Parts: sequence; C-alpha cells; structure tokens
Amino acid sequence: MTTPRHTARTIALACLLGCSDEPQLAPEPGEALSGGETTVFESGARAFMLSARNLDPAHQREFFVGNSFFNKNWVIAPSSTTARDGLGPTFNARSCSACHFKDGRGRPPLDADEPMLSMLVRLSVPGVDAHGGPLPEPNYGGQLQPDAIPGVAPEGRAVVHWQELPGSYADGEPFSLRRPTLELLELGYGPLADDVLTSARVAPQMIGLGLLEALPEPTILALADPDDVDGDGISGRPNYVWDSVTQSTVLGRYGWKANQPGLRQQNAGAFHGDIGITSSLSPSENCPASQTACAAAESGGAPELDDALLDAITSYSRLLAVPARRDVDDPEVLRGRELFRELGCADCHIPRLETGELPGFPELSRQVIWPYTDLLLHDMGEELADGRPDFEADGREWRTPPLWGIGLFAVVNDHSLYLHDGRARNLAEAVLWHGGEARQARDGFVELDADDRAALLRFLESL
Amino acid sequence: MSRRLLPALVLLIAGCAPSAPDPDQPLTAEEVAPVAEQYATLVAANYADAHASALELRDAIANFVAAPGEAGLEAARLAWLDARESYGQTEVFRFYDGPIDNPDDGPEGQLNAWPMDEAYVDYVEGMPDAGIINDPAGHPTIDTELLSSLNEQGGETNISSGYHAIEFLLWGQDRSADGPGARPWTDYDSSGAGTAANQDRRGTYLLAAAELLVADLQQLVDAWDGASSSNYRAMLLDEQPEEIVRRMLLGMGSLSGAELAGERIEVALATRDQEDEHSCFSDNTHRDVVSNALGIQNVYLGRYGSSSGASLYELIAARDQALADRLADQIQASVDAAEAIPAPFDRAIVDDREAVEATVEALRTQTDSIVEVAALFAITLALE
Repeated sequence: MTTPRHTARTIALACLLGCSDEPQLAPEPGEALSGGETTVFESGARAFMLSARNLDPAHQREFFVGNSFFNKNWVIAPSSTTARDGLGPTFNARSCSACHFKDGRGRPPLDADEPMLSMLVRLSVPGVDAHGGPLPEPNYGGQLQPDAIPGVAPEGRAVVHWQELPGSYADGEPFSLRRPTLELLELGYGPLADDVLTSARVAPQMIGLGLLEALPEPTILALADPDDVDGDGISGRPNYVWDSVTQSTVLGRYGWKANQPGLRQQNAGAFHGDIGITSSLSPSENCPASQTACAAAESGGAPELDDALLDAITSYSRLLAVPARRDVDDPEVLRGRELFRELGCADCHIPRLETGELPGFPELSRQVIWPYTDLLLHDMGEELADGRPDFEADGREWRTPPLWGIGLFAVVNDHSLYLHDGRARNLAEAVLWHGGEARQARDGFVELDADDRAALLRFLESL
Repeated sequence: MSRRLLPALVLLIAGCAPSAPDPDQPLTAEEVAPVAEQYATLVAANYADAHASALELRDAIANFVAAPGEAGLEAARLAWLDARESYGQTEVFRFYDGPIDNPDDGPEGQLNAWPMDEAYVDYVEGMPDAGIINDPAGHPTIDTELLSSLNEQGGETNISSGYHAIEFLLWGQDRSADGPGARPWTDYDSSGAGTAANQDRRGTYLLAAAELLVADLQQLVDAWDGASSSNYRAMLLDEQPEEIVRRMLLGMGSLSGAELAGERIEVALATRDQEDEHSCFSDNTHRDVVSNALGIQNVYLGRYGSSSGASLYELIAARDQALADRLADQIQASVDAAEAIPAPFDRAIVDDREAVEATVEALRTQTDSIVEVAALFAITLALE
C-alpha cells in the first residue's frame, strides 16, 4: 500500500539519483488497480484464481459453479457423475484448468518427450468456410487432439523443435532467441493434407476477460487505423468474426487472432475443441467424417454441457479479478513506464481504458482498467507469422495481447515463457521478437543502454 | 483473558511490550510460537489417525480380496466410512502449499481427487470391457507403481487412485435414484460363479489402491513428525509469526468458503445433480461436510482428540475478545448446521434445500470473520 510518506520518500530518492532535469515521475491515479474495482491484492500463486473483489453477492454461486466445472476433470460417459461426463472422444485435456492451470498461462513442452498439454495446434487448409472462418483439415478438423478415450485413436502428437538465433543489443551485449519448428507425429488418421496450415498457441491467462467484454465497441474501433492514415506505421485492424447465436458477423475480441466475439462462444468453442464437450453452441461431437470410432463413442448427453452450466462458466470467466500491480511508485518502474511510452509500445498496448455497461454485470461496468491492449490485429512481421489466416486476420497478424498479469506468470505457473507459442524465454526476448508494425519499438529497445532496458523490464514485471 | 492480560500489563509497566496484546502491534514470535506448536501437534495427530484408519481399511480389503464374501465386503465398506472421518478433518491443512498439496509432490490429487473417471478404471453400465481392470493386454501388471503413474499420465491428473477410487471399487456406480451403489461382492469372486470379468485383477487393483493410500498418508505423517528437525513441520515453526498464522487462516478460510461452501455444497445445490457430490458411490457426502467443518473448528480451538493447547482463539482474544468469541460461535453454528443436513446428501439438495442453504450461509459468515481476523493481524488474505 502506498502511503503519502512513502511516495514522498520515493520521489526524494529518485531526485537524489539524478532526475533534476526531468519532470518528477509519479504513478497515475489508480494505476496500480489494473482491473479497476475488481482488482485483488494477491501476488502469490493464487493471484489469477480469485473473484472480482467487488463481486455482486448474487453472482457468488454462479462463480463457484463455473469454478468447479472449469477445474474438475471431465470423465468418460457413462458415469455416475452425469453432469460431468462426456469427455472426448478425442481431446487435448480433461479440464479447462489442465491448460489454464491456476487460471494462468500455458507453455510449450519443456522437451520433446513432454506431452503438449497447455498448448494446442490449430489446423486448416487454404480457403474459408461458409462464415469466412478457417477451412478445417479434412481428416483432422480445426485442431489436433493428441488424446482420446479408450477405443478411439488419438489424432497425433505435436513436438516443438528449437533453433537458436544469436543477436546483440546496440551496446554489444549478446542475446539469443529460439525459433520454433512444429512437427506432428504418430498421426492417427492418415497423412495431413499437403497444404495444411498449422498454428501453435498457448493457453492465455484468464484474468480480466469480462472487463475486456465490457469495453464499448466504439472504444476499440476508435483505436483502429486500418490504412495507417496517421502515418505512424501502425495500423490496428479489427477482426470481424462469426457469431453463431446471432448468425452474423461481429467484432472479434478473444483468442490470439481475435477470432471469437465473446466469452460464451469462446468457452463453448474451447469445451468442444479442447475437451470434446458439446453444448448448444457446438452441438455435435468433434469427429471428422473419417473418424468412425469417434462418431460411434458414447455421448455424455445432448448436449453434454447444458446452457445453465455454460452460463455459469461464462460468468466465472468474466469475473476473475485482475491482480494489482506491484511497485508502481518504484523509480525504476516509473522510468520503465516512460520508456514504454517513448518507444511506442503503448501505441498498441493501450494502458488505460474505460469499460461501458455490461448488462447484468455491475462489477465490470464503468471501470477504469489498465489492460495494455487495443484488442486489434497488427502485422507482427515474418518471424512471428503463422501463415494461417483466421477470419480477417492474415497470416502475419496477431491481436495485441493484454499485458496485465504478465509479471506473475513465474509465481502462478512456474515459468516465464511469453508470446503465442511460448518461444520467448523472458520479457526481453518477447520484446525482441516484435517485428512488422512493432519493429520500430523493438529497434528502440535494442538501442537502449543496459540500465534503461532493465527499467523497461522492471516496469513489465510490475504489471 | 485475565490470565493473559496480567503478564502483558507487567510488561507494559516495565516499558517494553514485545508480547503485549495491543491491536496495533505486529504478531510476535513469543505469542505465536505456542499456537504454532499446538497446530503442528494437532496436524500430526490428525494425520496419524488418518494413516491408522487407512491401515485398517487396507487390512479389511486384504481380508476381503483373499476370501471374497458379503461380510468381507461390508467390513471393507465400514472401514472406508471410518477412514473418511479422520481424513475429512485434515482437509483444513490444504490450500497453503503445505505437505498435502504443494505443487511438487503433494499427494492430494492422488489421495482424494474427484470426480472419479469410472470407465477409466472398471466396467460401467453399457461398457463391460471398460477400464484398466479389464485391459490385461494393455496393463498386464497392476500395482501401486502403475496406479501412481497412471494418475499423472499426460501431465494432468487422471483420477485412478485415492479414497474415491476405492469407494467406486467397493460400492460401484451409483445410477439409482435412492441408495448408494450396489456392487455385488461377486465382482471379486473368481471361482467361476462370479459377476463381471477379471475378478482377480479387480481385487489386485483395490488392494493396490489401498496400499497407495497408506503410503501417501505415511508421507504426510513424516512431514509433520515432531521428532524430525528437517521436515515441513520444523520449517513451518521457523517461519515468521505472521506467515505461520497466515497459513493457518488461509487453510481455514479456503476450506470454509471456496471449497466447502462453494465447490462442495453450492455447486450441488445449483446443479441439483444427484451425483454431483463427493462421496457419490457410498452416499457419505453428508459426513464429508461435517468432518470438514470440524476440521476448521479443531484448528481454531487448537485441539484434536485428546490433545489441546494454545490456539488461534486465544491469540485473537488477547486483542479482540468479542471477535474471538463471535468466530467461535459462528464455527460452532456451521458444525451444527452441517450435522443437521439429513442424509443422504443427494436427496437433501433436492428435498431439504433449506438445511443445506443454512450450512452455506453459516460457512460464508464465518469466512468473512476469518478475513476480519487476518486484518486484525495485518495479514492480507484474499478469499472467496
């Protein structure tokens, strides 16, 4: 907690360290409260697991129900626990939390023998489906499921190979980045299409998702500059994706390529693709035509996840609190914050936004939040490109991911691996991979001296 | 109160107050040490009981498997029900990454995970060949090592062991509207007159699961053994006083709110799913609720069985007698409410919802007070 005495001392200390020519740096009002009034003061392993601190008591039961169905394993049908059966037939994980462990961040396997658990591989072939989305691979569908219930063949196993790419900062200090290559082995249903497109993605942290849903569409669109009219080299394009309830094309907000319009559909999609659980939004089992044993397997109900439970999970995913920032008044953190702005990072990773009205969720409405995202697509360059279009996102574009909570991955998930496929082994590497529209900011980081680089990273760790 | 106030007053008069019960003073090592010591003692005693009753369960299962029969199965079931009483009270020692659930080697997932993946272990309705038991080609040998490895297969828990696996093997699937599962003892009869297939393998699995249970509980007994100077208990007692109290409160508060009120009761109330309850095969969930609530009370009052001593209650009372008494009353009320839930739990969530709701309410109320207690000690405790 920041007391006035503390702040004064910090500023005095900062000035002693040589800021006489510079304006005094101070935290902005509310800057520590990343999730507005939802913010929780917890920086330990449970930092991502807690409900919004301003939780409406009327939502408490739904939160618990959602939490339970998020965390507990799904089991093979038929089972005594009828509400929780219907796993697979093919699947990536038995529960949401297997990948979003402690509601946190997934990672690639640490070696070639470790199964790929908190990361998945999307599959498609060139072309678009009836709604403008990716065209599924004919025999494997839209995603590789490496596991299956007994009697059904798993689809295959994904392995990541790494290649070191040495480089150096302007001051001569060396660094090395590791470039991933994906290999798909032990394919259960014959060879993949020759022109298959793949994209490996880790499970993102679950915090603050409802706050992002509460951002008014005009707020997001106002940040867009698809043709770079202002000439700053940064476009920012909204993705427009299929909403299966309204049967229309709407703004995308979730997923590494912003290919999901809202949390309900995002969650139903994840249940279907990752665990093999059907719902009203994805009513048929995920069995491509050639997978006959999959189609013949026992179902856990029609659907396996009823609407009340889907709604509870959706409420849960909306209401996970964002942890407060640490060290916001630390001089080095404040210096790093200035560099974050000066380098242009904040042009896409928008620090401060205000939510609108999310009907039924007073906790999330009219909040000042600090998500560090614009939810828009940006060309991130050839090195980060997956070459796999997703609705209007092309093969080089990714959605700006929110940065809140990134300083806590190590505490919550015991790793500090960043970017969509976990290739960056620390925050510096994550910055160094930025290309395309973010190339200028990345180059600015390379030019910084060691102290300034350290300050920028301290700032990121404080998020 | 007066017993504690007097030395404190003496110290105040003497001009230094290292253990003065001043609400604005941080917790001192002197006042926390006896509370921590008693906590460690009661944890050890509780795990010792859980271990001893698991041994009895193992012996009952060994007898049954050696000579299957109705009486042997019934004896094993009774031993299981008895073992749950002491284990349930230990669940308040979870939630702070201690020996039971630290992320590296805490056995909680292997001991008590739920829900049980029935078809992963044995036959289920409509799938007579399902499960490891019925897959001699895939798993020629069934032993504790196999169960332990399967449980962690794929880097996530895949529940094939623990109390609920044993429960499933003793009672069988509960697909009926009333009463527990009704697995016949003949599922273990390999004389040729038995039911289901692979009766010998089923017996081997059941016994291996019981052996693994005993071994996991032994690990916890060792971690809390007062005779060791290098185990978790010794490290805990060396922690800062706030940290020790924080762990105790975090265990109590997490079990009370998110786990017992939320995960175990409110979820069942909301889904109204008959078998969305923890001991669904045996219909023993009502006792799970009571023993969890008792565990919270044990920690608060610093007692277990015949052991009692310095407690959180006294630590709080030295600063705020009213708060200490209020929480004591609330905890008693939650135990009473839990005991008033009529068995079986899977009927109560439908027919006696008020009794179940009252338990939730009592648990929520005491959870709020636990947060208040933490604030009294300037401990940040984020709970549900």
